[in-house]
Amino acid sequence: MNVRRIDPHAERIRRNRLHPRYQEFMHPAWRWTGPNGVTRIDPHAIGAVGPNGIRRIDRSGAVVEAQPPTSSPIESGPSRRMVVIDDPAGFVMVVPECPEGRLSDHDRDLLGLARQLADGQSLAVTAVTFQGAVAGLEDAGADRWIDLSACVEGDCYDPESRLAALLSVETAMTPRHWLFADSFPGGGDLGRRLAARLSRSSSHGANARAATRVWQIAEGLGLSRAGGRQDIQRELPLILLALPECAEPVSETRHEARPISIDAAGSMTSDMTAVGVVDLGRVAVDPQQIPLAQAPFILSAGRGIGDWAGFHHAAEVLGASEGASRVAVDDGNMPRTRQVGATGTFVSASCYIAVGISGAVQHLQGIAKCQRVVAINRDPGCDMVKRADLALIADGDAVLAAVCARLGKPMADVPATESRGERYHDAA
Amino acid sequence: MTPPDAAACPVVALVSSGHHPVSGRPGRAREDARAVEMGLTLAGARLQLVHAGNAEEPALRDYLGMYHGLDDSAAQGELALLPMTTADDAVPLLATWLANSGCRLVLAGQRAECGEGSGLLPYLLAERLGWTIVSGAATIERVGADRVTLLQVLPQGQRRRLEVSLPCLITVDALAPPPRQSAFGPARRGRIHVVDGLTAEEDSASGEWRWQPARARPKRLKVVKSGNARDRFRAAAAKSSAAGGQVLTDLTPEQAADRLIAYLREEKILNDEMP
Ligand SMILES: Cc1cc2nc3c(=O)[nH]c(=O)nc-3n(C[C@H](O)[C@H](O)[C@H](O)COP(=O)(O)OP(=O)(O)OC[C@H]3O[C@@H](n4cnc5c(N)ncnc54)[C@H](O)[C@@H]3O)c2cc1C
Repeated sequence: MNVRRIDPHAERIRRNRLHPRYQEFMHPAWRWTGPNGVTRIDPHAIGAVGPNGIRRIDRSGAVVEAQPPTSSPIESGPSRRMVVIDDPAGFVMVVPECPEGRLSDHDRDLLGLARQLADGQSLAVTAVTFQGAVAGLEDAGADRWIDLSACVEGDCYDPESRLAALLSVETAMTPRHWLFADSFPGGGDLGRRLAARLSRSSSHGANARAATRVWQIAEGLGLSRAGGRQDIQRELPLILLALPECAEPVSETRHEARPISIDAAGSMTSDMTAVGVVDLGRVAVDPQQIPLAQAPFILSAGRGIGDWAGFHHAAEVLGASEGASRVAVDDGNMPRTRQVGATGTFVSASCYIAVGISGAVQHLQGIAKCQRVVAINRDPGCDMVKRADLALIADGDAVLAAVCARLGKPMADVPATESRGERYHDAA
Repeated sequence: MTPPDAAACPVVALVSSGHHPVSGRPGRAREDARAVEMGLTLAGARLQLVHAGNAEEPALRDYLGMYHGLDDSAAQGELALLPMTTADDAVPLLATWLANSGCRLVLAGQRAECGEGSGLLPYLLAERLGWTIVSGAATIERVGADRVTLLQVLPQGQRRRLEVSLPCLITVDALAPPPRQSAFGPARRGRIHVVDGLTAEEDSASGEWRWQPARARPKRLKVVKSGNARDRFRAAAAKSSAAGGQVLTDLTPEQAADRLIAYLREEKILNDEMP
C-alpha cells in the first residue's frame, strides 16, 4: 500500500531550481483547467496528514498544515465570546457545591441552567461560594461572585450559619431565583432549609415552595420529578433544586465573575444563638466495607500480581478498597464482588491504581468514570498505560512491596498471614 | 385531643406509602421503613408511628408488621392516623400533632415515594416547630438528655459524625441498615388510632401544577461546538483520552514507589502524616 514511487524525471526537476517547470513540481497546482476547459482537481496535492496519520481534505478554507502524527488533538478549544452585564435587571443566584474546592460537573450544569434563565432578560448569574476562590467560574458562566467564606468555618458542616449567610444575601439582593444542586447532604439540604425559612415570610408565600429534582426547563416552565413515576410541570418558583444534567454547561461564552461583597457577617452573630448541629468530623470508614461502586480510592489487581498477600497488605497500608480484573477473579484470587468492568462493577473512584492489568475494553468500560488512573505494568505498550494519567513501567509486586516499605509498614512486620486472610474474608 | 405522656412516646417515625421500585406494587417506602427500623432499635415497642392521609392505605399495616423481635414480645405497634385527603397539606396537621405529643425525636425518610416526593416536608415541619433538622442519617449512635450523636452519609461511602440538639427531626438515608421484614401477625395486631379534632387545610401552593407521567430523561450527547468543520472533524477523529498521560520507564521498584507516593500526596489521596 504505502510504497513510495519515485519519478526520476520529477526528482531531477526538483533538484534544479533554474528549471522552467521547477515551481510546478515543487508546489504542484491542485486545481487547473484542462485542455478542453474542464476544471481538474488533484486530490493528492491538497489536504494534510491528520493526527492519526490519514490524509484529510479540508474544504472549510482554513489553512491546513501537515502535522506530525504525534501532536496532541485539540487542546485549547475554540475561543469564547466575552459577555459583560453591567447593570442587571435582577440576579439568579447559584450555590455550587464545589466538592474538593473545584466546580463539579453538576455545578457546571447548574450554572448552565442559570444562564438559560438569565439570558434574554439581562439578569446576572451570581455564584455564591463558601470556600473562597473557586477556579473556572468565568468559563462556567458566572457574571458575579459572592464569597461567603468569611461567614462559615472552613470545611465543616454548619448548615445553620450557611443558611444565615444566604438569608442575608436574600435580603440584600432579592434575587429572582436561587439554584441549588439537589444532592444530600450538600445543596439539597441547604436549599430545602432556605425554602422552609422563606416560606414563613409573608412576602414569598407559595412562591417559596421549592421545585425539587428539576431536570428540565422549557418555555418558562420547570419539569420536576415527583414520586410515583410522575413529573410535575409548574411555573418557576424562587428556589430550584436541580438534578445533574439539568442543562448543558456553558461552552461558548466567557463571563466576568465580578466579585461583589455583601455585609453578611453582622446578621450571622445576631440570630445564631444556639447551634443545633455540631460537626464532630469525618469517621474513618473501613475501605473494604464501602461498596465498590462508591469507593473513592481503589487498588486493583490483575493477572500481573504474583504475591497476593503482599497486594492485600498494600491495600491496607494505602487505605484503598480492593478491586480486580476478571482474570484475577476467575483464577480464584479475589471474590467475584470485587470484579471491576463490564461484567463486574462500574466504579467511580477519584483515584484508581491498576497493578498488572492489561486494560481490556471490558475492564476499561468499568473505569470510564474514574478521575485519575495510575497503571503499574511491565508492558509499556498495553492499553491501561495509554489510559493512565501516570504509568509506572515496573514489576507490580516489587513496587507494592517498596510502597509499603516507604510508608514504614513493610510486609515482614505483620506477624501471621492467616489473620490478614481472615480479616479480608470478613470484609468481603 | 389529649397529648400522650411524654415518656411513653419518646420517638416518633413518620411513615408514608411507597411502591416497589420495579413492580410498582404498593408497600412500605424504602427510606421510611429504614426510619422505622432505626426507631425500633432505639426505642423498641415505644416507637410511635404517624401517618397523615387515608386510613385504608394498605402500606400502614406493613409498617405495623415490623413490631417483632423486640424485648417485649407481647408489644404491638401503634399508629396515629391524621385523616386528610391527597389535596390537603400534611405539614400543619403533623406540626400540631407533634407539638402536642411531647415527643422530642422524630425520624422520617428523606423523600416520599408517592405524591410530590420533594423531601421538603421534614424541613417545613422543623421550621414550624422550631426544631433542629439533620438529613441523611446512617446510624444513631447515642441519644442523650439533650443531644443526639449520629453518623451522616456522605458521597463515596464516607461518614461524618454530628451532634444534634433535641428536639430534632432526623431524615434517614437509603444507606441506613436495611429494615426487618414485615410479619403478618404483628401487622394484624397493631392498632391504627384515628386522631380526630384536627382540621386539614388544602394545599394552596400545588394548585396550578400539571401532573404528567414521568418522561425518560434524554441521554446527553457529546456535541462538539465549533465554527468550522475542521475543528469538529478533528474533535471527532481524536482518540479519546489516550493522550496526556505520563509514562515512566526504566524505574527500579523503589523509584517507582517514590513516584507513586509523591503522586498520591500531590492529589491529596494520601495524607502527609505517614513518613
Ligand atoms: C464477555 C466478556 C466480559 C468481560 N468482562 C470483564 C470485566 O467485567 N472485567 C474485566 O476485568 N475483564 C473482563 N473480561 C475479560 C477481559 O477481556 C480480559 O481478559 C481481562 O480484563 C484481562 O485481565 P488482566 O488485565 O488481569 O490480564 P492480562 O490481560 O493477562 O494482563 C496482565 C497484565 O499484567 C502485566 N504483568 C504481568 N506480570 C507483571 C508483573 N510482574 N508486574 C507488572 N505487570 C505485570 C502484563 O504486562 C499484562 O499487561 C471480559 C471478557 C469477556 C469476553
